[in-house]
Amino acid sequence: MKSTPYLLSLPALLLFGAIVIIPLVMTVLLSFHDWGQYKGIEPVFILKNWHEVLTDSYFLEMFGRTFRIALSVTVLAALFGAPEAYILNRMKSPWRGLFLLVILGPLLISVVARTLGWALLFGGNSGLVNKALASMGLISAPLPFMFTETGVIVALTHVLMPYMVLAVWAALQRLDPQVENAAVALGAGPFTVLRRIVLPQVMPGILSGAVIVFALAASAFATPAIVGGRRLKVASTLAYDEFLNTLNWPLGAAVAVLLLVALVLIVVGSSRLVERRYAQVFG
Amino acid sequence: MSRNGPFALCYHALFVAFMLAPILVVCFVAFTPEGYLSFPTDRWSLRWFYAIGRYPEFISAFWRSLWLGAVSSAIAVAISVPAALAIARHRFAGRDAMTALFMSPLMIPHVVLGIAFLRFFTQIGLGGTFVGLVLSHIVVVLPFALRLTLASAVGLDRAIEHAAVSLGASESTVLKRITLPLILPGLASGWALAFINSFDEVTMTVFIAAPGTETLPVRMFLYIQDNIDPLVTSVSACVIAVTVLALVGLDRAYGLERLLVGRSGHGRQ
Repeated sequence: MKSTPYLLSLPALLLFGAIVIIPLVMTVLLSFHDWGQYKGIEPVFILKNWHEVLTDSYFLEMFGRTFRIALSVTVLAALFGAPEAYILNRMKSPWRGLFLLVILGPLLISVVARTLGWALLFGGNSGLVNKALASMGLISAPLPFMFTETGVIVALTHVLMPYMVLAVWAALQRLDPQVENAAVALGAGPFTVLRRIVLPQVMPGILSGAVIVFALAASAFATPAIVGGRRLKVASTLAYDEFLNTLNWPLGAAVAVLLLVALVLIVVGSSRLVERRYAQVFG
Repeated sequence: MSRNGPFALCYHALFVAFMLAPILVVCFVAFTPEGYLSFPTDRWSLRWFYAIGRYPEFISAFWRSLWLGAVSSAIAVAISVPAALAIARHRFAGRDAMTALFMSPLMIPHVVLGIAFLRFFTQIGLGGTFVGLVLSHIVVVLPFALRLTLASAVGLDRAIEHAAVSLGASESTVLKRITLPLILPGLASGWALAFINSFDEVTMTVFIAAPGTETLPVRMFLYIQDNIDPLVTSVSACVIAVTVLALVGLDRAYGLERLLVGRSGHGRQ
């Protein structure tokens, strides 16, 4: 029957239509509404919020910070995650599985707990690393970590690193080890093999991992909220403040919609680029 | 395949230390006997684990998270099964668009989902209710449930079903006695992965949970925003312990690599 697949997917389609598409459309509409301290949300159609978000230097700086952090996290994750995936892949049987579990496992551990760990290590005077370094006389003031961009970048890199290792690992599984052996047999040194054989083949994996890490870093909430605090706002923590503290929902909605649109454009655009550049690898 | 050199192994050791340090530090500090954040040096104490008992909001948030994860994952799996069978077995107009729609919660920032649900639920009178939490969590965990259900539906050998039909089994008997039992491991793993993701979700839930319907990660997050003390480390240590247990179980039952990378080691499907 022609209608069978539609009937089968009907429950999921109804659910997604009712509580994904409608709320998202409502949020876009909300971003055009007016808001005042005393009058609350007024359902009119104005461009005030969008004008504010797109021209006010405060929002430009905040979005700039958001994407700067996301880019740094992506580069760090690729730089350190890709070699680790390669090393993991060369390990022998019991170690390989064990360390894969150790490195990918944190992905499933609460982000709040993982970020708390960074706050415990570097958080101000009571931070354990700061205390240890200070008692050894190596530093006089605590290392700047909490409420700094560096802190957010380091903690986010830790939180998102497994995604990069996972993507590169998946690409490495498609690699034919015979090609490496052939290169060695033809007299290539280990670095030549790495640079000329392995790297070009895992590049699509690194790039697809980069897209995931970038998207998640730009929309991360708990880590920048805990490490960055109220002083260092990114798009998602700013939207949170507008919604739950200032109560200017239309402005918060504009920030959120802009984040969504920017991310979709960046992710779709870079995936297209990657696919075109590596069409022969994927094909 | 050549071995890793000493330099590679040093790098590996540092990398593993980086990945584990923040998690281990939380677990160690949870055992401190002091009233402030510190490493337990000469003696260990469970006082901060007992202290959790004096904070009923953490206990109730824990049970709520457990229920929320179990219920929303079960519904997500139940909805995923027919959808996965449709996607795996039929070619129809809008198939790719539909799959993309069901996978979209992975792409949409959870902040945006949280805002959208907050606005929507407030308008329809579900704001701050457990029903609202369940509905939103079904959406967020559905991609995980669907991915694993789909993987087992695609891998299913149709010849077994054809054999049952030729032996006179009705359509519902085939579904009940052949299809569902064969995809059951996929369903169970899909449920488990969905559960973990629901149990850990904080970004979206922080928008829609009201006092009284807070989940454990939300309670922890709001607590940390005010102050960081050993109590929150012992709560976190408990959460980490639950996750690690689930993780090891999943790894034994299904294989973590297969769970996260795809059906086999050979590329994603």
